[in-house]
Amino acid sequence: MNELLKQLTEAVGVSGDEKEIRLLIRDLIADHVAEWRVDALGNLIARKPGTGESSLRVLVDAHMDEVGLMITDVDSNGTLQFETVGGFDDRALLGKVVQVGPQKLPGVIGARPVHLLKPNQRQEIVKVEAMRLDIGAKNKDEAAGKVKIGDRAAFVTDYEEVADTAVGKAFDNRAGCAALIELLRGEPYPFDLYASFTVQEEVGLRGAQVVAYDIAPDAALILECTPAYDLPNEKDVSPNVALGRGPSIYVMDAGTIQDPRLVSHITRTAAAEQIPFQIRQPGGGGTNTAAIQKTGPGVPAATIAVPGRYAHTPTMMISLTDYHNVVKLADAALRRLTPELLQHR
Amino acid sequence: MMNELIQKLVEAYGPSGFEDHIRRLIRAEIEPFADEISVDALGNLIARKKGSGAGLKVMVAAHMDEIGVMATHITKEGFVRFTNIGGVSPHTLLGNRVEFDNGVIGIVFCDKIEDRNQVHPLNKHFLDVGASSREDCPISVGAAGVFQRNFLAQGDHLTAKSMDDRIGCVVAIETLKRLEDIPHDLYFVFSVQEEVGTRGALTAANHLLPDVGIALDVTLTGDLPEARPMAVSLGQGPAIKVKDSGMIAHAGLVQLMRRRAEEAGLPFQMEVLDGGTTDARSMQVAGPGCAAGCISIPCRYVHSQSETVSAQDVENGIKLLTAVLSQPIDL
Repeated sequence: MNELLKQLTEAVGVSGDEKEIRLLIRDLIADHVAEWRVDALGNLIARKPGTGESSLRVLVDAHMDEVGLMITDVDSNGTLQFETVGGFDDRALLGKVVQVGPQKLPGVIGARPVHLLKPNQRQEIVKVEAMRLDIGAKNKDEAAGKVKIGDRAAFVTDYEEVADTAVGKAFDNRAGCAALIELLRGEPYPFDLYASFTVQEEVGLRGAQVVAYDIAPDAALILECTPAYDLPNEKDVSPNVALGRGPSIYVMDAGTIQDPRLVSHITRTAAAEQIPFQIRQPGGGGTNTAAIQKTGPGVPAATIAVPGRYAHTPTMMISLTDYHNVVKLADAALRRLTPELLQHR
Repeated sequence: MMNELIQKLVEAYGPSGFEDHIRRLIRAEIEPFADEISVDALGNLIARKKGSGAGLKVMVAAHMDEIGVMATHITKEGFVRFTNIGGVSPHTLLGNRVEFDNGVIGIVFCDKIEDRNQVHPLNKHFLDVGASSREDCPISVGAAGVFQRNFLAQGDHLTAKSMDDRIGCVVAIETLKRLEDIPHDLYFVFSVQEEVGTRGALTAANHLLPDVGIALDVTLTGDLPEARPMAVSLGQGPAIKVKDSGMIAHAGLVQLMRRRAEEAGLPFQMEVLDGGTTDARSMQVAGPGCAAGCISIPCRYVHSQSETVSAQDVENGIKLLTAVLSQPIDL
């Protein structure tokens, strides 16, 4: 059992309320870094001293927040109204179990049972605005005594492993956090490595923007979990990355064109180290790279991701081999990173 | 003479994010005329021309990237599916040719056409690169290509695939060549990644922190049959931008450009653009902000393979920019 992934995915940290996950990560890295601090937005920033061979400042980032819910009102019957925090498919919500507020009260996103649905209602998709969260309170007063408006709610999914597959919540992006923690625990790099565990990625890359401004790195590597879409597909058209085929490397998404020098550095490193990799389908999506690359005078940046199925639902799946290869590839690519590589030809 | 430079730049490869080649070409052109040349973290080419010390710090931005495509998937038969880099419309695609940086040419076509009045979305198009299987396909996922089309000079009209914005680069280069004894400290930035969100100009301006930012770009025209109304026509002079969908130009700078055009007896048009924006948007809000504006070259068929400008507008654009930069900028 991978204890690191278990601890990180079972901890709670919905965007804007990352205290629990931040404290956990702080405790996991504190003995392995020269210094750590928490900035104004709640980003956890650490420095791992290098050997002094290289004067580069390199930032490795993984966002620690996860998608979830926020309580917005209490109905007279004691059910809770909520809004989503981060991107959701409404259909992924009905009937799911969540943990509400700092006390982690169990709650259920209520669904009308099939017995009580009229035939036409079975065809309809219930909108999130019509959903309620049920914490078993009998009335408004009882519910209001247990939760506050603004409390977050997160999914409840125990971490499990089935052969090479890990099952759990929030691999997006606790898988990236775990990989970054492993890098911090390893041997020193030729340069000082700045690590950021950032807040509020899921609501617009907000934490990363201020970290990049603060650190002003010469280069940045972003560790992520990218949606795999490898289920049976009839047509031979642009499938996305698949579980088990290795780390996925970004070239272009909706918010970035990744630095071509770093992308080829990473693919060359993978080939040299005999690590399998896949190029993530260029096009949509976005990561902290979009914010970091454009900050200040600009930062050469690239992204390596663990492919994950069912992102932004209560339960995700990743391949443990992919995860280990992301750690291996990120580590090897960083060790081979030189200032010369960042010179424009 | 200038047509040679235009041809060299518009036929060159340089999709957003992959500007190494076009940057080398432009660098060679400007090297003799700049006091300092540098390339920043994102790949912007920055040429400084020192002023007398009496003026302002001015950033002039012309983007050197162009729209293009990126391979997303290779079918087992060796066809290449692709996505857009920047604003590529499916209306402009069938039968066109795409060139990759390894020299491979792809012919664009689309899936079965059920209704001739309907255009397939981009993801139902593919490139035929002469391969017969995924294994022998010379293009891999992530490869970037640009449209291929020769430069055409016909009367006053100049037509090419990437007038947007290589013609802005030409205006910048020619102005840089002609300027003498200027009061202002000038930074000519040949920017990257404009077509995907004016990204290069943002980081360049964050770094340079100019007092004034002037973008050089193309703008749409309203002079075509059944066109969307717009008071800009080809051949009627460079356009002084007042507003587009990303920026309201600094009113004082707009007035100054207008005054300089009038003083020099240059034709000009006032531009209000409904859709689209330029590097001026990024310069305006970078760092502590700056007074930003844009001189536009009117262009027909923007983001097609036959973007068309008027040679006279280009020449007058150079004269206008030269007049603005060689005199005091009092805002």
